[in-house]
Formats: sequence, C-alpha cells, structure tokens
Amino acid sequence: MANLKDLRVRISSVKSTRKITSAMKMVAASKLRRAQSAAEAARPYAERMERMVGSLAANLPQGVLGPALLSGNGNDMIHLVVLVTSDRGLCGGFNSYAVRNAKQFINEKLSAGKEVRILCVGRKGRDQLKREFGSFIIDTYEGMGRKGMRYADALEVAARITKLFEDGQFDVATLIYNRFKSAISQVPTRHQMIPFEGESVTEEAGDMAMRAMYEMEPEEQEILAKLLPRNLATQVFRSLLESFASEQGARMTAMDNATRNAGDMLNALTLRYNRTRQANITKELIEIISGAEAL
Amino acid sequence: MDINKVQFDLVSPERLLVSDLYDMVVAPGEEGDFGVLPGHSPLIANLRPGVIDIYENGVISDRLFVAGGFAEVTPERMTVLAEEAMPVHEIKAADAEQRLRDGKLAYEEADTDAARAEAEAVIAVAEAMLAAVERLRGASGH
Repeated sequence: MANLKDLRVRISSVKSTRKITSAMKMVAASKLRRAQSAAEAARPYAERMERMVGSLAANLPQGVLGPALLSGNGNDMIHLVVLVTSDRGLCGGFNSYAVRNAKQFINEKLSAGKEVRILCVGRKGRDQLKREFGSFIIDTYEGMGRKGMRYADALEVAARITKLFEDGQFDVATLIYNRFKSAISQVPTRHQMIPFEGESVTEEAGDMAMRAMYEMEPEEQEILAKLLPRNLATQVFRSLLESFASEQGARMTAMDNATRNAGDMLNALTLRYNRTRQANITKELIEIISGAEAL
Repeated sequence: MDINKVQFDLVSPERLLVSDLYDMVVAPGEEGDFGVLPGHSPLIANLRPGVIDIYENGVISDRLFVAGGFAEVTPERMTVLAEEAMPVHEIKAADAEQRLRDGKLAYEEADTDAARAEAEAVIAVAEAMLAAVERLRGASGH
C-alpha cells in the first residue's frame, strides 16, 4: 500500500499541472478570439483577389500562355511544399495532421518520380520532417505571429517563393496548412499556388459578368505582373492566419482535455488517499483494542 | 438594388474597409483618374498611390487614401483591392513625412535594383500621402 506522504505529493503535483493547463486554455481561448476575427477579416480580400486573377486568367485568349506565375513554366518535375505549422507544441494533433498530410503528398510525388523541395513555416513542421526528408528542406521560418500576424510576414515568405520560382528551383508550389473550421475542428488543406488553380476558372456556370471581356488599363501583362506576386502573398497570408487560428483552437481543445483529465486523476488520487488514511486508522484501532483485550 | 448606385467595396489584406452603395467613385488609375458610375463597362486597372473620392448627391462625401492596388469594375460593382488604405482625415502629416524620410534613406542605402525600386515605391506612397493631406487642408481652408 502506497504511503500517505507519496500520495500527498502526487496530489499536489497534479493540482499544479491542472492550474497550468487551465491557464493555457484561457490564454488560447483569448488568442483564438482575436485570431479568428483576423482570419475572417482577411477572407474578403483573398476571395476577391482570387476572383480577379480567375477572371483575368479566363480572359486570356485561347492558346495564349500567361506569365509563368499564372500558368506555370510548363514543367511538373520539381514540387515545392510550403508547410505551415506552429512554433510551439502542446496543441494536440494540430501539427501532426498537417505533417502527415505533407508526408503523404511528398511520398506520392516521390513515388511518381518527381523531386521535392520543402519550405517550412513554423518550427514544429521542420522538426517532424527533419528525420525523413531533412535533405529536401530549403529553409524554415520561425516566430511568425508572435506579435499578431502581419501582412509583411506573408510578403517575406511570398517574395522568397517567387525568387525560388524565378531561379528555376521548382515547377509547382503547393501550400499545406490547417484550415480553421471551428475551435474543435481543423482541416489539413492543400492548395496549389503555382500554377494558379482557381475555382472560378474551372467553374463553367460562372455568372456572365465574370466572363465578359474586361478592358485593361494598362496592358493585361502589366496588371498580371503586379497582381500575381500580391496574389501569392495574399494566399500565404490567408494560410498563416488560418493556421494561427487553428493552432489556438487546437491548443484550447487539448488543454481543455488535459484539465479535465487532471481533474479525474485528482479525484481518483484523493479517493485513494482517504481510503488509505481510513485503513491506517482502522488498523491502529484494531491494534489498540486487541492489545487491551490481551491484558 | 438601386440601379442608380454603384456597389463599392474597398478591401485590404487585413479587413474589409468599405462596402456600400454610392452615386459615383473616382479612383486614381495608373494611367489617370477614372470615375465609376453605375453601368460602367468591365474594367480591371492598376491603381497608383492616391485618393479615392466617393460622391454622394454631387459632392464628395468621403475620401480614402490607398497605397496602390487594383480595381475591378463591372456594371454593378466596383472592388478595390488595396495593400493599405485609410480615410484621408486619419493621415498624420508627420507620419507621412517620416515615411518619406525613411524611403529616401532606404533609397540612398539601396545597393540592388530591387531594393531601389522598393524604396522608390515607399517614396511614391509617402508623397501621395502628403499630397492628399495638403489637398484636404486646402479644401477645408475655404
């Protein structure tokens, strides 16, 4: 039978763990609220940007290839995976989901005989990919969103991607991140950035206005040259915001579970402590009584 | 929907700034300002750093500064995607001057063409901000 002192020590340590997890849950909840509204506020821009690129792409005369950022460089050999994860753990399966999705994607491409390069945003993604695909990792960005996600962060990543593309380091870029669905549900999402793959382009039944010929001011090529890098940055920005909100949601859920588990454990331990104490008292009483009877 | 009004949306990466019906919107296109009335033919245009004027009943009801961006116009609506946008009356002349100084400094320190182009863009935005503030001051002066 465990002695009373050991049990007391364990109870107090579980108690302090519970305090920590419940504090982390509170912090995650308040961050989540902010991150969620930021993600929602950024959606209109991203959606309209996508629509605009889509209508420009649809507007291109048949058979004419747009700039490489829009239509790709015609190859499909080297794939770039941009994996967005968090810098810190203690958020349940959040990072593992995204990493598993990325691994699956990478393995698909490798078995099809393609080459893969990886750009990590967030330390956890790199840590989990390092062992298996360490040689493919080009670089890792850390510390995103420590002081709130800013568009400038996304610009930096997008500029890097554009540069790699222009240097011919890859042909197709895919963004993998956790899309925020609700506080308890995050969906690992793949999004092809280069070449552009908009929903509006493939959608046949788009409204007529979208397919109307647009006037361009200045030339279409010039607009695209300015629009495409920004579209890239916008997509990266959106994924960063979604991922950040998802991270907070996942952490909140994970910490909520941890707090509840700690509570259950505390109850079980307290019960055992009380039983043991009772048994000890009974034992002592029996000893005293039988001692008195023996006289 | 009122056919005599144009739906105008102004969005920046961080949020949706304006979404409402107006009589006319005048935007600073890269090749000259253009006004948008309901029924405008479809147009996609680059915007230079400058001021978007919103007209209600023949007078300017609102002025918004944009640091460049894109405008998409269809007969019913106009959407402006701006990297940065704010009402002109919220611009502080001191901030704009600070940006101008930063831009000029960056231009002098720039050692590549790309960095130089970037600094030039900062300067252009700062100058447009100052011009916008000046114009507002001139308008309210009489």
